[in-house]
Amino acid sequence: MVEKKKRLMIIASKGDIPGAYTPLILGSTAAAMDYEVSIFFTFFGLNMLKKNNLKKIKITPAGETAMPMPIPQIVGMLPGMTGMATMMMKSWMKKANVATLQELMDLSIEAGVKLIACQMTMDVMGFKRKDLIDECVVGGAATMLEFASEADINLYV
Amino acid sequence: MSDIKIANTLDARNMSCPLPILKTKKAMMAIGIGEYLEILATDPGSEADFQAWTRSTGNELIEHSVDGSVYRYIIKRNK
Repeated sequence: MVEKKKRLMIIASKGDIPGAYTPLILGSTAAAMDYEVSIFFTFFGLNMLKKNNLKKIKITPAGETAMPMPIPQIVGMLPGMTGMATMMMKSWMKKANVATLQELMDLSIEAGVKLIACQMTMDVMGFKRKDLIDECVVGGAATMLEFASEADINLYV
Repeated sequence: MSDIKIANTLDARNMSCPLPILKTKKAMMAIGIGEYLEILATDPGSEADFQAWTRSTGNELIEHSVDGSVYRYIIKRNK
């Protein structure tokens, strides 16, 4: 008898650093635990599938109240603050030996994680298929739901 | 456990979650079924993670120990 693999479905809808790490960490780990994994990239999450874009993903300090920045919250809205917060966050992550988003994406692809780009978001953002990495497939809500209906774990990030 | 012959050692020291697990999975696929993989790690979360990973994948955590800040695991590939 063939043992049925466990399935994980993640909706990746966020375009900032924490929102990008979560689906890639859980997706790659689940694949390493022999799960069948699909990640559906929609809205700002779709930026993760743009070619050469992972290193450009940022974090904004505005409204990120738990981020330990040496400035008052309101200053986070000023020009340059997003770049500064991104630099700080990346240096903390490097110090903690956290993998880069690109490493996690490469490991996910290697482990067979299925990457689904939301067609509707592509239309909204004006992304063409050639703007996205070759390893993804394009689909819509029905593609996502079909997989999700058979999944053991469904997550929305 | 003197009868255990380690097929390979994975140095996962100074790696954060989830890298020790991801590298372990790759290293496991590179050894034969029934063989043993040794892993060195410094991530304190790895203690819980390696137990969870072996339970989930059907492989066997033969032993785990800690020496200072270095965790050592021996896993038998069952599948």
